[in-house]
Amino acid sequence: MCTTCGCGSDHVVFDGTAPDHGHHVHDHHHGDHHHRGHGHDHDDHDHRHDATRTIRLERDILAENARHAARNRQRLAGAGTLALNLVSSPGSGKTTLLVRTIEALNGAVDVAVIEGDQQTSADADRIRATGTPALQINTGKGCHLDAHMVGHALDRLPPPRGGVLFIENVGNLVCPAEFDLGEAARVAIVSITEGEDKPLKYPDIFAAARLVLVNKIDLAPHLDADVPLLIANARRVSPRAEILTVSARTGEGFPAWLDWLEARRLRAL
Amino acid sequence: MHEVSLCEHLMGLLEDEARRHAFHRVKRIRLAVGRFACVDPDALRFAFDVVRRNTLAGEAEVEIDQPPGLVWCSDCAREVEVPTRVSPCPDCGGLALIPRGGDELRLIELEVA
Repeated sequence: MCTTCGCGSDHVVFDGTAPDHGHHVHDHHHGDHHHRGHGHDHDDHDHRHDATRTIRLERDILAENARHAARNRQRLAGAGTLALNLVSSPGSGKTTLLVRTIEALNGAVDVAVIEGDQQTSADADRIRATGTPALQINTGKGCHLDAHMVGHALDRLPPPRGGVLFIENVGNLVCPAEFDLGEAARVAIVSITEGEDKPLKYPDIFAAARLVLVNKIDLAPHLDADVPLLIANARRVSPRAEILTVSARTGEGFPAWLDWLEARRLRAL
Repeated sequence: MHEVSLCEHLMGLLEDEARRHAFHRVKRIRLAVGRFACVDPDALRFAFDVVRRNTLAGEAEVEIDQPPGLVWCSDCAREVEVPTRVSPCPDCGGLALIPRGGDELRLIELEVA
């Protein structure tokens, strides 16, 4: 249990420790329901506790997450930080892509990374090895990051002013789709080794992406992968997203990715 | 798997409403899970059966409405309903569809005592 905000995130670990101190005071837990602004029929108030009655509500089940996401967004905007939520299946090359991106930026832009995994600090260690600040969230059995976890992470890892915060979500094409983290944009990464139909099989995760990075393009000559079909499928579920092909291993396609990043970064200032 | 997280959020809402409306028991819960929400209603029911044990909703009947997915068809230039995110336009068969609604995940109504 988080002792400051009572948030019950006892299974979530930040750089090896529970979120028990050093973070801002939360007001989400109790008693703030008068500010939520959802429709509510006060005629339903009756105090005959034994009588059955119907209460009509229209409450977003993820309102709590949305509130945390809004707070994160405000905090990131205050620092002029571009925050990107990176989603993909495990093994698509997210961390390798980040390492290569950090190397390509070569200190020109301040970067910080929040890594989400069920276990181990392997990914944060890889990022830190580049000299870039990183914080590892271990979700335990959890299958996704949520805005509340990211808020705690921001307490420990200040957003780089005018820079870029990459949030590498838990490798999972299902669960992270539903949870806004407060990012400016979601970036979906799909590698050509995963099969052309991946966007059609998991449309929810791709649907909200602003950018789809088709990774491991260097392997195309060695595979039977139909890259144009993969791109067409991504476009079908995410008609408004930009789609770029890259190789985190060779750096192929990186100029366009870095241009996209810089344009978004300037917009966040 | 994330259905468990969603059910924990739902339980938070139920406890909040119980304080506000002074009830002790939820007899029926009506939810809206849009066709485009990232949730399978059966998985949600399964998760809720686990999460609600020994709570004020332990015996509650769960009803799940599934509002349709709404998309703007660029070819027909109008809004149409589709069953899934990858369905073609039911009128023209086109695939240039922009999602417009149907991703809601809401607590609609409670019957309480």
